[in-house]
Amino acid sequence: MGRVAAIMATVLVIAGAAQSQAPAATRLADTSHLDDSVRAVAQTLRCPVCQSESIQESPSDLARDMRNVVRQQLAAGKSSDEVKAYFVSKYGDWILLKPRARGVGVAVYLLPMLWVVIGLVIVMLAVRRWTRAASVAAPHATDDPVSASASAEND
Amino acid sequence: MNWRRSLVAVCLAVPLLILFRFGLTRDPRAIPSPLPGRAAPDFSLAVFSIPPGEPPATPRLDTVRLRDLKGKVVVLNFWASWCLACRDEHRVLSEVATRMQGEDVRFFGVLYSDTPDNGRRWISMMGGQSYPGLLDPDSRTAIDYGLYGVPETFFIGRDGRVAYKQVGPVTEIFLVGKIRDLLMQPVALGNVP
Repeated sequence: MGRVAAIMATVLVIAGAAQSQAPAATRLADTSHLDDSVRAVAQTLRCPVCQSESIQESPSDLARDMRNVVRQQLAAGKSSDEVKAYFVSKYGDWILLKPRARGVGVAVYLLPMLWVVIGLVIVMLAVRRWTRAASVAAPHATDDPVSASASAEND
Repeated sequence: MNWRRSLVAVCLAVPLLILFRFGLTRDPRAIPSPLPGRAAPDFSLAVFSIPPGEPPATPRLDTVRLRDLKGKVVVLNFWASWCLACRDEHRVLSEVATRMQGEDVRFFGVLYSDTPDNGRRWISMMGGQSYPGLLDPDSRTAIDYGLYGVPETFFIGRDGRVAYKQVGPVTEIFLVGKIRDLLMQPVALGNVP
């Protein structure tokens, strides 16, 4: 009877220890998940001091403080889009490293495609002109009696 | 044929030149602020330096809240002791604040990315400051105002909206002109949407 009690006590102690470790593991997973989310959002926001890199990469004080704001807002339950919207409301669309496809921002996405289309049209027109010039020039070459007789002599 | 080519070249070159000319008139580092016209972000900041002649800040008065300044014009100047351009405007801000003491305008200097000791030393070195200095730990208020450098000055109207944002040092004519414009506004009643 005493042995059974001892085994039960051991099982309870192990279960208790496992249970106390579970929240710590969950917290660690949550922190790691939060770190990833902060990094993902911070990579999309432009540093107002450096202006050419994200607040994730920038070593400036302001970028560090902005990363802290991102962390606090995400930890408070805001979504990534809500955090980005907060920064857009303070700095305008400029703060987004990848411009939104609306208003003037549409030009950023449409212009490269437009240039490719214009380039293709120019190349097609040039190729057509070259092939037409070649096909027009070819019959003249064979109709020429001098060159025709020269080629016959060579044969 | 040549005149046609020249015409095409001119038609391509002229708009490009106009575009480049327009680009030269713009500051590539300037960030257009969406704040003017919108409700000024609320703040609650601790006072770290008080103007000479005023009683020392008491626990009740040691925090400045924007919501307590309804109906007043607020000039919010962000500065730092390491900022060279801030030296240029400090005398102007301090003198205009002294001159307008009896009017419905409040001046505040918000210390940005700096320590209170450095701030106090700088104020003393500059011959004092006639308006309170506020602390902004972790630049929360600076970010709320879309700050990207110092000095930057925000003019908040009686209606609680950001009326103007000045990037770089303010001049006396500009400062007094903006404040006079805002003092002409009627006092707002109720909350700003």
